[in-house]
Amino acid sequence: MLSDELRGEIRALLDQYEEPRSALMPAFWLAQQSDGHLAAEAISEIAEIVGVDPGYASGVASFYTMYHLRPVGRHVIQVCKTLSCRMAGAEDILEHLKAKLGINLGETTPDGAFSLCTSECLASCGTAPVMLVDDDLYENLTPERVDEILAQLGG
Amino acid sequence: MQEFRVLMGHDTPGYASIGVYRDHGGYEALRKALHQMTPTEVTDEVYWSGLRGRGGAGFCTGMKWRFIDRSSPVPKYVVVNADEGEPGTFKDRFIMEHVPHRVIEGILIACHAVGAAKAYIYLRGELALCRERLLTAIEEARRAGLLGASVLGSDFDVDIALHRGAGAYICGEETALLDSLEGRRAQPRLKPPFPAQAGLYGCPTVVNNIETLANVPLIVEHGAEWYRSVGAPNPAVDAAARTGGPPSGFGPDSPGTRVFSVSGKLNNPGVFEVPMGTPMSALFGLAGGLREGLELRAVIPGGSSAPMIGPEHFEIPLTFQTLADAGSMLGSGAVVFIDDQTCPVDLALNLVEFYEHESCGKCTPCREGGQWMRKVIQRIAHGQCREGDLELVRHVSDGIKGKCFCALGESIPAPVNSSLALFPEHWQYHIEHGSCPIGAKEYSHVG
Repeated sequence: MLSDELRGEIRALLDQYEEPRSALMPAFWLAQQSDGHLAAEAISEIAEIVGVDPGYASGVASFYTMYHLRPVGRHVIQVCKTLSCRMAGAEDILEHLKAKLGINLGETTPDGAFSLCTSECLASCGTAPVMLVDDDLYENLTPERVDEILAQLGG
Repeated sequence: MQEFRVLMGHDTPGYASIGVYRDHGGYEALRKALHQMTPTEVTDEVYWSGLRGRGGAGFCTGMKWRFIDRSSPVPKYVVVNADEGEPGTFKDRFIMEHVPHRVIEGILIACHAVGAAKAYIYLRGELALCRERLLTAIEEARRAGLLGASVLGSDFDVDIALHRGAGAYICGEETALLDSLEGRRAQPRLKPPFPAQAGLYGCPTVVNNIETLANVPLIVEHGAEWYRSVGAPNPAVDAAARTGGPPSGFGPDSPGTRVFSVSGKLNNPGVFEVPMGTPMSALFGLAGGLREGLELRAVIPGGSSAPMIGPEHFEIPLTFQTLADAGSMLGSGAVVFIDDQTCPVDLALNLVEFYEHESCGKCTPCREGGQWMRKVIQRIAHGQCREGDLELVRHVSDGIKGKCFCALGESIPAPVNSSLALFPEHWQYHIEHGSCPIGAKEYSHVG
């Protein structure tokens, strides 16, 4: 169930746009930020507020890779794997993370702290290799630097 | 070597805040546009400057604005494409983070020029710092009376909203972006009608890239002739006479500067603003050259959708026309230098995986072709090559090229075909020996 406060914020979004349907994506963001992921129930409730069919709304949500349709760890690590990061050794960073966290791509550590996945080009090719942890970008990665970051995050 | 125009002030402390930006003359171009120029005069100035889109296609910006029917009774929109995601490209991020108010000022001037009361910035979901900087800049501008009702005491009312994307490269395609902004799955629309006729909510819409808009305040402030004083303008275009001659902002006309994103195994990779027409070798020099022990083998001159070209083009002046003549494109201005320790098969695989992942699924050649292309190249890369696989790659490439709904699909063959053309022996070695001649480890995350 979306909180009353969240429902209010979502209704306020409708004023930003000529057509209410445009508020779907920002509403999904609000729900995900509040819950950690975007649950099917939340999508249905948002659909009702925005005035679209729930099936349509989940079709939109599933198109975009940044909406987590299933629960994820407290921190989501996305390692950029495209071109410049690949050339700068993104694979070594990824292998290091897998070993360190003891999980594969698409998995979450048993304590629920970290989820690991790859990302396509994160638009930071000059400081490759890079990764995003939640909203924060980490650049010029080395395995040592990754260890420091994990330690800071409480891994 | 560098010529800071778009990036002017980026190294001044506090330039991202409105106070410092205004201390250095910021928002004076907006004042000039509102109080001394008609919307048509602003559009003409931008047209005669020859400014061309910095997102990838390089279309004449002033022409795009001229397409908007200001007399139409329906609302007009300015939509800002800040969905930077072309592999190798990171200049819009740099611009948004360092000179956000120049972007906002450019958006406001564009709104004035085309008669829009509302602009949307479609920002890539991953760019959190850009989001913070832009939201701050919008609020600062609002408090300073530069945004909202009666801007700077004029009769111009305008508002800017930021719309956060959620991870889809296809949103860089302007009509897919509009669909996304309308709360749909982001899939490109059939053109025509072009966004200028029926864009956001079916209304006349201008879609411009971040770097493009950041050029606008400079053009309005200093004029089209000033803008054309650097770069590689077509001398036959007479911006002073403003009549006759070839059209401004097309073909060989590449005036102004360009903000390049330069990456690869370089000593000093990064963002560099240089005049259009600067030789590729000079950009290579600014980036400090390749790290010790590496040799240059190829260059991707305009993002992953631009075919790789060989080192024989090292002295090529970077303009729209010269790169088109060399069989590639200036694209998003993302220059990736490829060294001799990078496996060209792996590189092709990496980029095909990218396009496969980012295909929106609307048209078959892209959705299926990308997948097949990846599967076959994966076999070649991983030593599981079957007889006829190389022919199969070419066959699939022919099945994609010229048959896709939008430029994303059309880009799939670019890295593959150019890698095959430049490094036939390397591919042949993979096929015959099932291993890489330079001993590169091949990776894949799909399948």
